[in-house]
Amino acid sequence: MFDRLNFPQPWLSLVLFSTWQFLSDGISGASVVMGLVLAWVIPQITHGFWPERPAFVKVWRMPMFVLVVLWDILVASFEVAILILNPRQPKPVFVNYPLQLEHPLAISLLASTISLTPGTVSADVSDDNKTLLIHALDAESEQEVIDAIHKRYEKPLMEMFR
Amino acid sequence: MSPITEYIVSALLIVGGAFTLVGAIGLARLPDFFTRLHGPTKATTVGVGAIMLSSVIYFSSHGFGISEILITVFLFMTAPVSANMLAKAAMHMGVKSMKGTQGNPWEQ
Amino acid sequence: MMTTALYITIAMVMIAALLNVYRLIKGPDAPDRVLALDTLYINAIAMIILLGITFNSRMYLESGLLIAVMGFVSTVAMAKYLKRGSVIE
Repeated sequence: MFDRLNFPQPWLSLVLFSTWQFLSDGISGASVVMGLVLAWVIPQITHGFWPERPAFVKVWRMPMFVLVVLWDILVASFEVAILILNPRQPKPVFVNYPLQLEHPLAISLLASTISLTPGTVSADVSDDNKTLLIHALDAESEQEVIDAIHKRYEKPLMEMFR
Repeated sequence: MSPITEYIVSALLIVGGAFTLVGAIGLARLPDFFTRLHGPTKATTVGVGAIMLSSVIYFSSHGFGISEILITVFLFMTAPVSANMLAKAAMHMGVKSMKGTQGNPWEQ
Repeated sequence: MMTTALYITIAMVMIAALLNVYRLIKGPDAPDRVLALDTLYINAIAMIILLGITFNSRMYLESGLLIAVMGFVSTVAMAKYLKRGSVIE
């Protein structure tokens, strides 16, 4: 029985535990016990959705990446705001982005980043995880979007997941 | 509350409200579904984020606002996911993209 | 000063919600309507936060958290329904 008392997803368990402490009214004995139970039960239940352990090798690069993304969200939000208020019609492009990342977690991180940075929404990933379909709100050409995303987001993620 | 924090809170409120409004204008004005997807996922998320930040600063004398941070982080995490799901659903239903769109959505 | 800013922001969020309702009624496709609902719940969270600041109370934040969770789940459920024809397979 006790061999099931492990944490197959230590990071997920840690996040669940600390989130529960934040949600409850101050840290008490009850909240710690409940947090431990949740940190154990939820990874067990969702076990099937996590095909492999995440290979998160270079965690210390993460804060820099998050800062860059937050800054881009701020700057580019203004661009989208100007575009929306501009009476001319935008020129949308569907971009087939060739992925160089291989790890599924890295791909979903890249897709979320693309969706959050204004001007682009990731719409779909091909079944073989090789191509990402991106909808750009206003762009001159496909190549322009591909180059910008590769330089700014995919390179740092490739460094992180190497 | 000191005047400086009051100014900061007011500025953040106005900025947040403006972004929320811009996101809604984009939703109402842009010509097709895929362009409309851009307004809410970012402008509105950033707007709500700014309003949350102003709330954190406003209540900072009553302790640190962990609920606001949780809501903001949650919104920033879920906005791309719901945008992605909606884009997939729209492609599956064959929603038309506007004239002049380069490239094509995939067949689902 | 801050009260004025607060009222201006509330007005802006209200107009935003009305614009979302316009898109919700006009459509034209089902994904547009779901998108309008999605934006509407985010605006509702903004409104709750503003309400909390107006009444100088933090109690409202808990309901904002609940709306955030429920809204996300319902958006995903509706998107999945549109794509597959059922929510739980």
